Amino acid sequence: MKDRTTLPAIEASRLLKRYGDSAAVNAISFAVGTGSITGLLGGNGAGKTTTIGMIMGLVAPTSGSVKVFGADMAREPYRSLYRMNFESPYVDLPHRLTVRENLKVFGLLYGLDNIADRIARLADVLDLTEFLDRAAGKISAGQKTRVALAKALINEPDLLVLDEPTASLDPDTADWIRGHLERYRAEKNATILLASHNMYEVERLCDRVIMMKRGNIVDDGAPESLIARYGRQNLEEVFLDIARARRQPKLEKDAAE
Amino acid sequence: MSVTYCPSFSFRRIGAMVLRHWYLLRSSWPRLFELMYWPMVQMFMWGFLQLGVARQTGTFVAATATFLAAFFLWDALFRGQLGFSMSFLEEMWARNLANLMITPLRPIEFVLSLMAMSVIRLMVGFLPVTIVAIWFFGFNLWGLGVALAIFFANLFLTAWAVGMLCSGLVLRNGMGAEGLAWSLMFILLPLACVYYPVTTLPVWVQPVACALPPTAVFEGMRALVLEQTFRPDLMAWAFGLNVLWFAAGAFSFFWLLRGAREVGSLISVGE
Repeated sequence: MKDRTTLPAIEASRLLKRYGDSAAVNAISFAVGTGSITGLLGGNGAGKTTTIGMIMGLVAPTSGSVKVFGADMAREPYRSLYRMNFESPYVDLPHRLTVRENLKVFGLLYGLDNIADRIARLADVLDLTEFLDRAAGKISAGQKTRVALAKALINEPDLLVLDEPTASLDPDTADWIRGHLERYRAEKNATILLASHNMYEVERLCDRVIMMKRGNIVDDGAPESLIARYGRQNLEEVFLDIARARRQPKLEKDAAE
Repeated sequence: MSVTYCPSFSFRRIGAMVLRHWYLLRSSWPRLFELMYWPMVQMFMWGFLQLGVARQTGTFVAATATFLAAFFLWDALFRGQLGFSMSFLEEMWARNLANLMITPLRPIEFVLSLMAMSVIRLMVGFLPVTIVAIWFFGFNLWGLGVALAIFFANLFLTAWAVGMLCSGLVLRNGMGAEGLAWSLMFILLPLACVYYPVTTLPVWVQPVACALPPTAVFEGMRALVLEQTFRPDLMAWAFGLNVLWFAAGAFSFFWLLRGAREVGSLISVGE
């Protein structure tokens, strides 16, 4: 399909969201290339969740537009929704349904043909087999995250939007999830948009980072170039510089020196 | 394996939502029990009241049978709406709404699945209670035959209209509005003349009552039980009103859903 290779996966143009008098997202523009992993970073209230909401078609922009695979998500979301999926620890799956039942329902909603096979493959890859027939509300936090990821991968999305995918996980499980996301991107040339407060995770996974503060994009670049420009050792220090407005980035030529 | 095509309407997606709620009902005996509990309690209350009235006043049994028929039809109306609203609220309680709204599930398919669930939930509770009514009080609701199907069709249309309004209000305003799911229908109880004829109401209230689709259904039920007369004129009037009510309910749901996207309540489900 032509648009899979030529269009950016996400294209936000002068995207504005106002709640009353305050702008949660303030006329931001950015594009996310197909096959990239992009981090969307910022402190609480920076506008990440609202931006993700507009990308997913859950929030209507006040003005501007966001297109996913060329489809305006406020006007024609269903042109792209079947190619996308989303995972967040703040959105749950029905607790009384078993893991298998939940995945089956979402498989049907996404129009999959061979759902049993797909569930079996996901169970194998994400190590769900042991609790596939247990109620989703009766599994551990780490298992829930893996199930939520299985839900997010059920339709093999071309765009995967992840909101803190490893929140509340132990380091081993978190590392395992990151490895799986890297493999998924490599195998499917999928685009991943990642909102996270874990700077180590962002440094490891992301090709590019968009920094937000009070609804604005305040910086944008590859993790290593941001670290160099701010003269810091890691992305966490860059994040704190931006959040606390305590250091300005060096000019490109200074950073190069 | 990636999904490469997404039809604009799909019975499969509606089926998926019905399956999701069926799994939920199947896994929870308190939910199943609750579907039967109140109808059973109320059926016994109205059934014994009917017997008491008949014994004390010597009223013809058919006259008092209107109590039970009225109870069953009111319960179909109330539980039809409650079944719609509760299935919707289950998604809110489960914090699953955002998951659904980012799938290819269209809002119209979501609404149709809620309608299907309202029928299923009502029947799960209703069937055993109507059978007990035959056994205990000799009252066979199903004996009303085709007329019963027409009564039910009209009552479901009203129930879905009110259910869409309630669900839309919860979508737009958050869980603080969930109490409407239980209470909104009761505003119709005195005005829809469930247990008495329209002429019982003050003259100035009667036009209001006649603008409510269930009023015509309950009047039609009394004509059938008391006079063995089916009144197609009343059913046509009820259906005409229901078309307007249903359109208003659907409009309100889609308008409030649009409002929910504008105020961001789909990503911040709560009070």
